[in-house]
Amino acid sequence: MSWYTFEDKVLPMDEWIETGVDWLVENFRDFFQIIKIPVEKSLEGIDWALNATNPWIVILLFAIVTLKYAGKITTVFTIFTFVLVGLLGLWSQTMTTLAMVVVAVVFCSVVGIPLGIASARSDRFEAFLRPVLDTMQTTPSFVHLIPVVMLFSIGTVSGVIATIIFALPPIVRLTNLGIRQVHPELVEAGEAFGATSMQVLLRIQIPQAWPSIMAGLNQTIMMAISMVVIAALIGAGGLGVPVFQGLNNLDSGLATIGGIGTVLLAMVLDRITQGMVEK
Amino acid sequence: MSEEIIRVENLFKVFGSNPEKALKLLKQGLEKEEIFKKTGMTIGVQNANFTINAGEIFVVMGLSGSGKSTLVRMLNRLIEITSGSVYINGLDVAKLNAQELTELRRSQMSMVFQSFALMPHLSVIENAAFGLTLAKVEKPKRLDRAMEALEQVGLEAWAECMPDEMSGGMQQRVGLARALAVDPEIMLMDEAFSALDPLIRTEMQDQLLSLQEKHQRTIVFISHDLDEAMRIGDRIAIMEDGRIVQIGTPDEILQNPANEYVEAFFRGVDPTGILNAGDIARETQTTVIKYPGKGPRAALQRLISHDRDFGYVLDKSKHFLGIVSTDSLRELINNNGKTNDFSEAFLDDVTPVNALDSMQDILNEVVTRPWPIPVLNEKKEYIGVISKNIFLRTLQHNTNE
Ligand SMILES: Nc1ncnc2c1ncn2[C@@H]1O[C@H](COP(=O)(O)OP(=O)(O)O)[C@@H](O)[C@H]1O
Ligand SMILES: [Mg+2]
Repeated sequence: MSWYTFEDKVLPMDEWIETGVDWLVENFRDFFQIIKIPVEKSLEGIDWALNATNPWIVILLFAIVTLKYAGKITTVFTIFTFVLVGLLGLWSQTMTTLAMVVVAVVFCSVVGIPLGIASARSDRFEAFLRPVLDTMQTTPSFVHLIPVVMLFSIGTVSGVIATIIFALPPIVRLTNLGIRQVHPELVEAGEAFGATSMQVLLRIQIPQAWPSIMAGLNQTIMMAISMVVIAALIGAGGLGVPVFQGLNNLDSGLATIGGIGTVLLAMVLDRITQGMVEK
Repeated sequence: MSEEIIRVENLFKVFGSNPEKALKLLKQGLEKEEIFKKTGMTIGVQNANFTINAGEIFVVMGLSGSGKSTLVRMLNRLIEITSGSVYINGLDVAKLNAQELTELRRSQMSMVFQSFALMPHLSVIENAAFGLTLAKVEKPKRLDRAMEALEQVGLEAWAECMPDEMSGGMQQRVGLARALAVDPEIMLMDEAFSALDPLIRTEMQDQLLSLQEKHQRTIVFISHDLDEAMRIGDRIAIMEDGRIVQIGTPDEILQNPANEYVEAFFRGVDPTGILNAGDIARETQTTVIKYPGKGPRAALQRLISHDRDFGYVLDKSKHFLGIVSTDSLRELINNNGKTNDFSEAFLDDVTPVNALDSMQDILNEVVTRPWPIPVLNEKKEYIGVISKNIFLRTLQHNTNE
């Protein structure tokens, strides 16, 4: 008998997984289609609204929000960004990307903040959740796309779902952390004055954890933008489209302007949410 | 007045996973230390029994780790009771369900903390109103009541400030206002003044006593400071290793300490006669030299910049003239802005002691005056002051040797 030198495959894991996924798709098709609906509907609505609104009104609204949270210089930068992407012919893609980011971030918050609260309040739940979040966060971004395509097929909605999964961990983690870092004396003082567990949460823990929650939101937004662009690989629209078209056709100009639009948009959203953290 | 409001019976607290076992070992006569070594469980409080009357200031004293905080937290069940009973107005706290407990905390007992524990995200008045907010009192009413409480502690002008803009003493006044605003029958104060520096601490004690004159609440006051306990306590309970080793009025305990541990606490008050006043006088206080042309404003300025409440007025050759306080100086300036003679601001009842006086001789003076007592040598020159803390500490130290 000669030594086995790994020339033949012994574990047909790929086949097992395929069988498993096929089984999931076969038996849970309705379930996955139902999950898709809220994402699909809100995405359609926001994408439509952003694209149908006069660009100058969109710019004005962003300028007002920036001015409120991030100061004058950043406001100039925001206006510059939106005018530039318009001039580059990327207005509609930018709005689609924005809509995808908004929907992904809203869903991340709606799911992530309660998960963060729950894991702050229960060590067991945190112990269960932590490896899940670790896995989500260490998996390379495009690897997220594979199961999503299998379960939800391709398209913009699937792209957003992949983004939600990818961008969820920071807001969960930082909500959890923020609440755990609230001084125990404050919670004790609340209880001594007759706070119920809900009052402790709403009147002490969340206000105290707010900067941390907002920092989590900021990171979630940043991750969402990067993922939304990558989601063009599975047929999602937005700024990822020129990037990948450019790469496929060796059109370096097209790929670059797509990249510039993405980076500028990311910076605008980062500054605004940073400003919200500090306020 | 002497109606019983709190009754504690056979109260135990064990921190650990198997309290039954620890209780059993206690019954077999094992000590806290041994039980910890054997089982890893800590005895917080063992077999506490006492009653507190309405309107009384009941001080619980003991070294750090003796179980004071644990005991006081079982009264409102911030810490769950392992066994035994706590009755508040006849109601067994251990048997209350969550809702009844919440109700009790909102309406009958409030608490003041060593670390202040103010909500940093709320303004002073919102902090003062915190208990009322939790009890869902409507906004106008709760702000009114919070404002009233702030007035009681002299902070009405600070209502809109944030707590982190204030000094420690002022923050604790907010803490006190928060506790007063719910108009509780019982206030639990866990080392409420321990984090404050000695002069501010004395001031807060005075404030508490004067509040108590107007409205007699039942106060359970935790302290590790003998001086404080003697000053404000109607009765004192002394704890050691989770046990209450003695309860009585300050005088009773002083005259008849139950064991060596109690004696060690009070040893300072039993003067040895070895040292005299001159030996322990320190130049820790701010002195004001009186010259023509230097008036009360300059003196006040000096006290404020040294963060002192009392100033010791001397003439140029260091002869002691009297004591002024920031309050008496302010009053003088308000009444008679032009005067340069601040002898009108001298406090009454100031009796300097002699450097050769024994500690026995000066005991009464040291204990009864709010200010540190000035000490003069035989030429009537000022050589320093004796504060209560120095006095007690020195003697304690001395007898330990
Ligand atoms: N949560 C806890 N878990 C375990 N041991 C505790 C806990 N809280 C207090 N203890 C222990 O109980 C004893 C009494 O503590 P405490 O009531 O805080 O004392 P004090 O307030 O007199 O300093 C100490 O030995 C302390 O270590
Ligand atoms: Mg304590």
